[in-house]
Amino acid sequence: MRYLPFSISAVITIALVTALNVQLPLGKTKSPRLGYFLSPQTGFWQNAEPVDVSFNDEIKIKGIRNTTDVYFDDRLVPHIYADNDADAYFVQGFLHAKFRLWQMEFQTYIAAGRLSEITDESKLPTDKYLRRLGLLYGAENSLKAMEADAETKNMMDAYTAGINSYINQLKASDMPFEYKLMNYQPEPWTNLKSALFLKLMSFDLAGGGEDDFLHTNTKNFFGIDTYRQLFPDVMDSLDPIVPKGTTFAKPSITVKIPESYDSLYIGKTDSFKILQPIVPDQDNGSNNWAVDGSKTQSGKPILCNDPHLGLNLPSLWYEVQITTPSHSTYGASFPGSPAVIIGFNDSCAWGVTNAGRDVKDFYEIQFKDSTMQEYWLNGAWKKSEFRQEIIKVKGKPNDIETIAMTVFGPVMYDKHYPASNKTDKCYAVKWKAHDASNELLTFYKLDRAKNYNDYVDAISTYQCPGQNFVFASKTGDIAIRQQGAFVAKWPHQGEFVMPGTDSSYMWQGIIPNTENAQMLNPSRGFVSSANQMAVDKTYPYYLGEAGNFPIYRGLIINKKLAAMKNITVGDMQEMQTNDDNMFAQEAMPVMLPLIDVSKITAAEKQYFDILKAWDLKNTPNSKGATIFKNWCDTLMTLVYNDEYALSTLPLRKPYESTLLEALIEGKGNYAFADNISTPKVKETMADVALEAFKRVTKLAEALDNDNILAWGNFKDTKVSHFTKIDALGKLHVINGGGSYSINATKSEHGPSWRMIVHLTDTIEAYGLYPGGQSGNPGSRYYDTFIDYWAAGKYYPLLFIKQLEATKNNRVKWHITFSKA
Amino acid sequence: MKFFLSIIITVTVCWLISSISFLPWYSFVIAALATAMVTKHQPLPSFFVGFIALFLLWSIWALAKDVPNKHLLSTKVASILPLKGNATLLVIITGFVGGLLGGLGALTGSFLKNSNLK
Repeated sequence: MRYLPFSISAVITIALVTALNVQLPLGKTKSPRLGYFLSPQTGFWQNAEPVDVSFNDEIKIKGIRNTTDVYFDDRLVPHIYADNDADAYFVQGFLHAKFRLWQMEFQTYIAAGRLSEITDESKLPTDKYLRRLGLLYGAENSLKAMEADAETKNMMDAYTAGINSYINQLKASDMPFEYKLMNYQPEPWTNLKSALFLKLMSFDLAGGGEDDFLHTNTKNFFGIDTYRQLFPDVMDSLDPIVPKGTTFAKPSITVKIPESYDSLYIGKTDSFKILQPIVPDQDNGSNNWAVDGSKTQSGKPILCNDPHLGLNLPSLWYEVQITTPSHSTYGASFPGSPAVIIGFNDSCAWGVTNAGRDVKDFYEIQFKDSTMQEYWLNGAWKKSEFRQEIIKVKGKPNDIETIAMTVFGPVMYDKHYPASNKTDKCYAVKWKAHDASNELLTFYKLDRAKNYNDYVDAISTYQCPGQNFVFASKTGDIAIRQQGAFVAKWPHQGEFVMPGTDSSYMWQGIIPNTENAQMLNPSRGFVSSANQMAVDKTYPYYLGEAGNFPIYRGLIINKKLAAMKNITVGDMQEMQTNDDNMFAQEAMPVMLPLIDVSKITAAEKQYFDILKAWDLKNTPNSKGATIFKNWCDTLMTLVYNDEYALSTLPLRKPYESTLLEALIEGKGNYAFADNISTPKVKETMADVALEAFKRVTKLAEALDNDNILAWGNFKDTKVSHFTKIDALGKLHVINGGGSYSINATKSEHGPSWRMIVHLTDTIEAYGLYPGGQSGNPGSRYYDTFIDYWAAGKYYPLLFIKQLEATKNNRVKWHITFSKA
Repeated sequence: MKFFLSIIITVTVCWLISSISFLPWYSFVIAALATAMVTKHQPLPSFFVGFIALFLLWSIWALAKDVPNKHLLSTKVASILPLKGNATLLVIITGFVGGLLGGLGALTGSFLKNSNLK
């Protein structure tokens, strides 16, 4: 009788297959389905791309009209040649999917608040937050505007069809690595997903922080006068985008300050405990500038741009050249969106930096009762509408968020999602990104722009996130404009939470485009922006609290450009990767004399000497840069933390620029310097600076012993995979720079695409991003550009006609798409 | 001799089955079971035929992917799984998982054949 051993053997076999076919707990996460994942037939081995892989192919496919050729250069940048626009966007969609499918889909899962659907309930807080903020709501509204425009709709439809034809022909074994790791499958792409991707950019650049709540807490804790000292309207050292002294026309919108401003706005004393699950980086910003022919050796303009964003693998950017009878354009595209976003064509070039204007405000809503059916507005009850957000959770029942909609926007915080311990309070969020808008049309038109007028026409409909669009053309024009739908606000409107019972607190209008800060061919020969405040105090509209606008990169860029003559591309490369620390240049002459050298030990003196001899550059080998950075951080803590520690609520921290300006103004005296926990001693700035320095020498000694005192090692830049799995990221990327340098590279954040375009007769362009064209961690093209990027080098960008593509020696592969 | 022939047959059948892309990854276990019923070894040798055949198939297949890739991906995966980035170990583990399942499949097949006989 062998039935028993047969049964035992069969049971063990089935049990083992089952165990290897499910996700098991692995630390805090889950393992892949190990049998499937390890199987050489279906699993990750299939993603191990041969290093000498050939991308040559002939693809016969439905959905394409005419034969379209794609030539890949040695960096795997596709050059698409189509005889009509629809085919070009179809192929762009196909290629985005072929090289970046997982990332583009994953980002739309984040934006749509659907991460719980593919992971588990641990992502529910993020999903809830973004749903309640209204990212999906905004994307749905914008999609309507996009699809109402025929050109945009045709572009999106073709792009979506291209992605889906890739997904449809994708074999299970060729599924991108991350799907296998996380155990889910791609779903069909839709135009909504492209809209969601663009809304995620709005979230990143125009509406991350719940600042209004932090500001309100901080104002109530310190009182309005101290608050204004900590958060001034304008920094003294500001060098705005449009130079000081520019005269502005009379504003066409007169904003009225509400009558109850003092009592119901400034006087309001509520407090909040907001726990925000994702906070965009405060330094999401960028540099751009253009110099005209009077400043360059060639007599032709040069345009430069480097947007600073989170450094990710696969990269946010994908380089592409698109050539059709209507245009020939090269630049950085977003996998997830059609068209080129930052780039150049055969007539002109453009780039963007973030405007940083506040277009997201909170209103306290008074509902009649907990059903939220009616709310009080201008002395009467008004009916709410409702929107349901259904969040699917893997392996759990759905989470349903019912959101009341008011004239002020969706009620983000209510008793189901409280903003404070007082759970009965409700707050609506008014955000420009909720409104229907078609940003894609701007890029569609920029891709085809021939001259300054085309550029102005292209950006005139652009709404959110507000950007500084820099422009240069072969004909010699340079221009810049801060463009977006910016709210005409009364001073300090929306800095704090506003009452939602009175319509006089509502937004009163949008500033007309013609009144936005702008310049065309200024006599100084250059235009620039680096997220600083666009204008000085004479501008007739309120721009927001100065802390939203970092000043130092703008200062150093303008200082350098003003001094430069006979500029070459090489000069621009050197400048774009420059490590000068502008904050230190301003701060060191004030801060260093605060240290009384007679009060430091011989061991401490050693580090003092390093700091004193420091060349004020954040170069990778600089020890002075590390000591200075830690000294500033410690000083900020010692100056402010004693006062801030008395509050149990989350408060807004002041900026280093605030402390520095206070030091310059007070000549070393500053009320916050005194440590309030030592009532008998009155500390001066010198005392605090010395104490901070002594603490830092101890740290410096420890860092020195570990050989990580050099700035590049201390900063330890890494380019992380979206999942934060270290093995899929690139760690220990040694480079220089920092928040206060043009090379704004921090530890996980920095120049995400560097581009320099010389507008000579045949356009000469250079650029790169810290990533690689392939999103496959198993490809040698996954992170190819990072070392080059870290070293401050550039690739010449291959911008060629089709005939040349067939014989250029940098062209390596060719794919032909034709009708099936 | 028959032992080695059985290994070759098992490798071939399992590889053919694995090449049918719409079948689930574990189809080869059934293939190993079926092959064992035909090759008719005693249970223990059957297990070893299945084990060796699938160990070879999976590890060589993995190597055929890994070597042209210069271990780029296997090194990363060997860091995600707790293998300290050891790509060679990952190839061996891949072979072992395939081998174990193949062996168990073949063992079950051999028991099934024998229970039919008696």
